[in-house]
Amino acid sequence: MTEWLLFWLPLAVVLVSALAGLGIFIAGEHRPILRVSLNLAAALAKVVLVGIMGLLVMAGQVPEFNFALLPGLDFKLRADSLSMLFAVLSAVLWLVTTIYAVAYLERARDRARFFGFFSLCVTATMGIAMAGNLLTFFIFYELLTLTTWPLVVHNGNRESFAGARSYLVHTLGASVFLLVGIIWLYQLTGGQDFIAGGYLGELGLDQYHSLRIVFWLLVIGFGVKAALFPLHAWLPRAMVAPAPVSALLHAVAVVKAGAFGLVRLVEDIYGFELVQTLGLDLPLLLLASFTIVYGSVLALFQTDIKKRLAYSTVSQVSYITLGVAIGGPIAAIGGMVHLVHQGLMKITLFFCAGIFANLLGVKKIDQLDGIGRRLPWTSLCFTIGALGMIGLPPVAGFVSKWYLGAGAVAVGREWVILVLLASTLLNAAYFLPLIKRIWLNEPARAWPAEIDASRLEVFGLVGATLATTGVAVGVGLFAGHPLSPLSWVTGIVTDYFP
Amino acid sequence: MVAEALACLVLVPVVAACLALVLPGRWRWLAVAAGLLPLPLAMAWLTGELGREGLITVAVAGFEAPLGIVWRLDGLSAVLVWLNIIIALLVGLHAAAHYPADKLNGFRFWPLWLLLSGAMNALLLSADLFNLFVTLELVTLAAIGLLVVDRKPQAMRAAVRYLLLALLGSLFYLLGVALVYGQTGTLDLYQAAGVLQPDLLGHTALVLMTVGLLVKAAIFPLHGWLPAAHGNAPGPVSAVLSAMVVKVAVYLVWRLWLWLAGDWAIPAGLTMLGLLGALAIVYGSLQALVQQRVKMIVAYSTVAQLGYLMLLFPLLGLVAFQATSYHLLSHGLAKAAMFLAAANLLTRLGTDQLGDLRGADRRMPLDVFTLALAGVSILGLPPSGGFIAKWLMLQTALAQGGWLWVGVILVGGLLAAAYLFRVLAVLCARPVACPELPVSGKADQLTSLVALGLALAALAAGFVPAPVLKLLATAWPLGGAP
Repeated sequence: MTEWLLFWLPLAVVLVSALAGLGIFIAGEHRPILRVSLNLAAALAKVVLVGIMGLLVMAGQVPEFNFALLPGLDFKLRADSLSMLFAVLSAVLWLVTTIYAVAYLERARDRARFFGFFSLCVTATMGIAMAGNLLTFFIFYELLTLTTWPLVVHNGNRESFAGARSYLVHTLGASVFLLVGIIWLYQLTGGQDFIAGGYLGELGLDQYHSLRIVFWLLVIGFGVKAALFPLHAWLPRAMVAPAPVSALLHAVAVVKAGAFGLVRLVEDIYGFELVQTLGLDLPLLLLASFTIVYGSVLALFQTDIKKRLAYSTVSQVSYITLGVAIGGPIAAIGGMVHLVHQGLMKITLFFCAGIFANLLGVKKIDQLDGIGRRLPWTSLCFTIGALGMIGLPPVAGFVSKWYLGAGAVAVGREWVILVLLASTLLNAAYFLPLIKRIWLNEPARAWPAEIDASRLEVFGLVGATLATTGVAVGVGLFAGHPLSPLSWVTGIVTDYFP
Repeated sequence: MVAEALACLVLVPVVAACLALVLPGRWRWLAVAAGLLPLPLAMAWLTGELGREGLITVAVAGFEAPLGIVWRLDGLSAVLVWLNIIIALLVGLHAAAHYPADKLNGFRFWPLWLLLSGAMNALLLSADLFNLFVTLELVTLAAIGLLVVDRKPQAMRAAVRYLLLALLGSLFYLLGVALVYGQTGTLDLYQAAGVLQPDLLGHTALVLMTVGLLVKAAIFPLHGWLPAAHGNAPGPVSAVLSAMVVKVAVYLVWRLWLWLAGDWAIPAGLTMLGLLGALAIVYGSLQALVQQRVKMIVAYSTVAQLGYLMLLFPLLGLVAFQATSYHLLSHGLAKAAMFLAAANLLTRLGTDQLGDLRGADRRMPLDVFTLALAGVSILGLPPSGGFIAKWLMLQTALAQGGWLWVGVILVGGLLAAAYLFRVLAVLCARPVACPELPVSGKADQLTSLVALGLALAALAAGFVPAPVLKLLATAWPLGGAP
């Protein structure tokens, strides 16, 4: 029984949303109740399945699904503790985002298409989380590109196609580098599983040149989705998508898939020791540092709320890369835990931006004046999310920054503190004016495009936002609790740095 | 038993074609069913036999070569026969909606359809150079007949052009065959293989036959006839033309270069063929990028995708052979799906001009979805048969350090993404006004589902490549180089 469960569970976790997606397509545009209940049931089922899997992993089991495409080419889904971190995040945020999106798109068209691809997109994310080797990772990574395209073009106007085109050019271009890198690695070592500490350690000195090239090929492949400078240009342009898409893209799906890939690359394929031996850690660290500052500086100049949040993502996601590139256990904890923390805070901010735009038509920063009086709960959530991004305790962002800083000092790279400091100041510079406008400025006479929302709609929108805000504060406040992401990540990192 | 099963593959459709000509009205349905349905059964049994034997040869009526005719079934021809059967059946199902066998246009369509599928099987089984010529002519003529079955002026023009060029190609091929016969005294390809010398005459024969076949295969720069023919043919005919008819010509080029001249060691020739393929990939994709009609885009995509099949020559090796053959298979499925979906759009919306198709996804979601799914395989993205083929091709190209071929394969994928997403972007755009379609009937639903089924088959090919690749490996003639 347990054997059976351990084999099929990873596949079930991935497929449950794919089946939901197909069901949604079949249910179609004209059966909204069936569609929504199918969607919610699948999201709940996914949370439960991921929960069961988490318990199994905690008990020391390794759920693993394996299917040989060809001799030497395995399709493998495996849940290790790092997978679980990402899987839990995706499953929970999918549920919340579904509730939010149902309310958000109440008045929109093409909802069957939207929710169908939304579910498929979560399938891809889950597959990336559980991929046991590079081939499987690549399969889901590309699936993610394809399934997010219809979401980005959802509005069907000229801007959304321009944004989607930029997105495709970047991601498909990157996939070329990724594919070459992956096949090259398969030539060198055969198809091996991800393993803590990497599997390339045994290769001799004569392969180091190839390994360096392959490393950069893969960094380009992952870096585009992770919005690493100079590959980030698609991200702000993809802001034309509806708010729930932006939220999921930024918090979980696309951007995180890239960052997660970089973590896998450094920790599970090469291993940090080898990265250091090859002299690749410093260039990666510099790239991440530059992206952090660059994204924040550009965010300062944006007048559109979503655009400012987008550049903030460019900056914040690189914290994850920064964490694994610094080296040493403490910084690695900071980087990996930011995977979760950034997700929670960013999804909150995008939810709020979506509510401002949907209910009142507020899209520009100078339209925010006095919105705190009109939408107090949403404004409160936005404020908490923004303060968390700046790194104010006890919100989650503080914990990440603390570990990153302490980790940098521990390995003797004190200058990273300056990067963190600069980023914090810039974060404050682009978020605090918003908070001032929200709470202190006088509201304008009329909102740009106020709609008469039903109670249920508002409840769905604000309820989902309050939930993510609560969790974002909770994981910071109870960071010491054995079930918090921080404790979980600390457990993971002890595998990497025994 | 084996001989009977092989004969069944060829004779059953041909006899049914004759019956479909003479039987009246509704009885024609019976002829069609009897001509196509037994094929998968016979082939399934033969595949089992092939798995045990590794190679099946049968001397027709007991006369051995060089006097008689030999039929030969190996892994490669088996895979192509399977593709032919699947296409004949599924695309035939689509055709049944538009060409009811008891109507006049059905009377024109079905005998040719059955003849085409029988001739194709005969071609794939033939081991004899002259026999190959005859069957190839039959395939071409049946295809041209199908092309003009609707009597549209554009299709007529394209058909005449196709006919003239195909005849020219046949002449070249026949000239080469005569040279081979003069040199070796046999027409059996596998007997001639050991005897024909790589001297001036031998090379001339090979070049003549190859040029003739490249015209029929529409390999760049001899592709001129293809886009107009494939783009203007009726939907099911476009599908079979792109999925099978051009492929068998490439298949024959493979047979000549790897079986007949397998040990000649002519690297310049191999590279040359590879370069033609590379140019086809780039040129076809760029042309697809500027076309204004969906079917023309799909047709130029065929020009490009055929180029990948030529990459077998420079990459020469078992894995490259498996990769290109698998590409042939999955492209056949995906391209048939695309042409059928495009034909559905054309039939129901009355146009396939890109500019008029805005918002088609709302009106015909299933067909747009099919186009996208088939596109995944054409792009070589996972999970699909196209991805497996691309992965294996890249693997050999990288292992040999052939960076040119790596580049071509990757650029081809990106260009394919460009022209396919150009179509999808228009189909998903919001129109100014979007008149409702009349409710779709049973026949319309069937045509959409058939197209979807083919697209899903192309994706499924990405999950179970192992048995097919194993079967292909048994056919590889040149030893186990990487």
